[in-house]
Amino acid sequence: MNQKEWAVKAYCELIKIRMVEEAIASGYSKQEMRCPVHLSIGQEAIAVGVCLCLEDEDIVFSTHRCHSHYLAKGGNLNEMIAELYGKKTGCAKGLGGSMHLVDERVGMLGASAIVGGTIPLGAGAALAFKMFGKPFVAVTFFGDGAAEEGVFFESLNFAALKKLPVIFVCENNHVATASDSTSRKSKDNIFEHGEIFGIPGHRVDGNDVEAVYAVAREATDRARRGEGPSLIEGRTFRMMKHVGPEIDQTTGSRTPEKWLAWKEKCPVKLFEKKLMDRGWLTDVDQQKIRRQMKLELDHAFDFAQSSPLAEMI
Amino acid sequence: MTIARNLKYSDALDEALVQAMLVDPDIFVMGCGVDDEGGIFGTTVGAFKKFGPERVMDVPLAENAINGIGMGAALLGKRPVIVHARNDFLYLALDQIANHAAKWNIMSGGKLNCPLVIRAIVGRGWGQAAQHSQSLQALFSHIPGLKVVMPSNAYDAKGLLMASLKDSEPVIIIEHRFLYDTRCDVPETPYFVPMGQGKICRNGKDVTAVAFSYMVKEVLEAAQILAREGVDLEVIDPRCSVPLDMDLITRSVKKTGRLVVVDTSWKAFGISAEIVAQITEKMGLSLKGLPVRIGLPSQSTPCSSNLEKDYYPGVEGIIRAIRNISEPKRVLGLEVETVNTDHLQFKGPF
Repeated sequence: MNQKEWAVKAYCELIKIRMVEEAIASGYSKQEMRCPVHLSIGQEAIAVGVCLCLEDEDIVFSTHRCHSHYLAKGGNLNEMIAELYGKKTGCAKGLGGSMHLVDERVGMLGASAIVGGTIPLGAGAALAFKMFGKPFVAVTFFGDGAAEEGVFFESLNFAALKKLPVIFVCENNHVATASDSTSRKSKDNIFEHGEIFGIPGHRVDGNDVEAVYAVAREATDRARRGEGPSLIEGRTFRMMKHVGPEIDQTTGSRTPEKWLAWKEKCPVKLFEKKLMDRGWLTDVDQQKIRRQMKLELDHAFDFAQSSPLAEMI
Repeated sequence: MTIARNLKYSDALDEALVQAMLVDPDIFVMGCGVDDEGGIFGTTVGAFKKFGPERVMDVPLAENAINGIGMGAALLGKRPVIVHARNDFLYLALDQIANHAAKWNIMSGGKLNCPLVIRAIVGRGWGQAAQHSQSLQALFSHIPGLKVVMPSNAYDAKGLLMASLKDSEPVIIIEHRFLYDTRCDVPETPYFVPMGQGKICRNGKDVTAVAFSYMVKEVLEAAQILAREGVDLEVIDPRCSVPLDMDLITRSVKKTGRLVVVDTSWKAFGISAEIVAQITEKMGLSLKGLPVRIGLPSQSTPCSSNLEKDYYPGVEGIIRAIRNISEPKRVLGLEVETVNTDHLQFKGPF
């Protein structure tokens, strides 16, 4: 596809995630989605930029904050909402919930609520690809907190040692629950953490979907050529509280001013403006896209609400 | 008719791995030193010779990540065998084993399988001390989503390893170091011991003695002496603690009315407690005597030889405990009883 087609597709993906997350936030107080939800509002561009480099056969692992990765990888929307509703038709039959979304048909092999937990799983999937001789890659998404866990460094070493086709993608939103990264890190240099093992690292504006895509493209191409792993640090901001449907303007060192400043750098808004400036998107287009998405969302919530309850396996 | 030869436990494991790897190209082995000349006390030597470092790979000292890496490969259809020279190192991998491998199937609504085999050895003797002598069946049996297998002889070692390599979910195989040189008849061809199927090693009518792993050997030795004292032991080897063959145990206790459970690990909060609890719940009121658990005291293993000797109950300890709950017609002098000298055979270093 050409650049414009790619851009419109990326925009649709961003809108999809944003609208899904906002719908979950606004519906949450009905207490029909009875599990902790860790929303991706503000962080969408990293998921979209990376997943646009991937095919269905490529593998993705994620964290408790997995909605964006699930959707960006092509995960089924109806099944996602049904999962949050704890229904039998959910993507994990109601047994996993929001933190453990999975859609194996599109290579989304699950998410862990243990920080750092899926980092080695991504390396393992890449090892399998290499052993099978398949040209696919594994991506493991994680946050800045996970980049402190021992298993992260263990996995980097192994991936480098075996030259595995795995891309380590850190969504650095500078906070772990309520704990600011300045109180946890001796240095602000996640993208350099792979250097000691010879793994190239990229730091990128995580709210610029085109910039993320460019860096992810380089990393996935490198992996597919058999040259080994890469580490990407996308710098972004989490607009909502760590968990739940409320905005977060006060945790830790946050202030309403800081929050508003990041809102101005909203990945969806920024990209929308870019496309409009280029003449690739009109007001009518974006309304149409949002209307279509709303229909899909309404259908998904209806589907979830009318689905049967979960059963133990 | 299958040919069987007298084979050592360690050679049986080695053979099982090679035969399984010949048939299933997805099996591969990971572990520190699986490719060295010792080959984990001879249990990966054959596989390394035949399949080389691509399929029998040495790994960094990164137990937690290695378990996760194995699991990631398993999710894509490989069948990793992760080998630890000691149970004690499993703690390093606990997050990946307990929070990930054990739970991925249920968290995915049953959609994803994690066929992962973990082998870990129980050290004993020659001053192994606290961190080289643990036996962690209770810990892992408690966690849903894991199978725990404890072969007590060479035949079961081969059969259970081969069965584990066909299982769709994680299996932890706990192998006792003192069993490695024990021998019995092992068929040349591949075969499987079904998961969760126990075995009666000795028929008897007075006391049901359930024993695991190396304790099967010691209980059978105790049974010979107790027989001369007029106590007829029925010895059961469940072979797995998960799945646990409670049917077999229950049938036996219905017959004898007395239960003893002998385990390789600390008595308190161990797998023996689970068996005693289940039997008591089912038929406690009809037992002829109180159930007994035999295990280690609630202390970590001391290094010094004299302390180490007293730490393990041994055949003597088993005999004494069983005498207390049965009615021996005579009691033999303790001097004639020490037939087990395994702890004297092993002179280390590791």
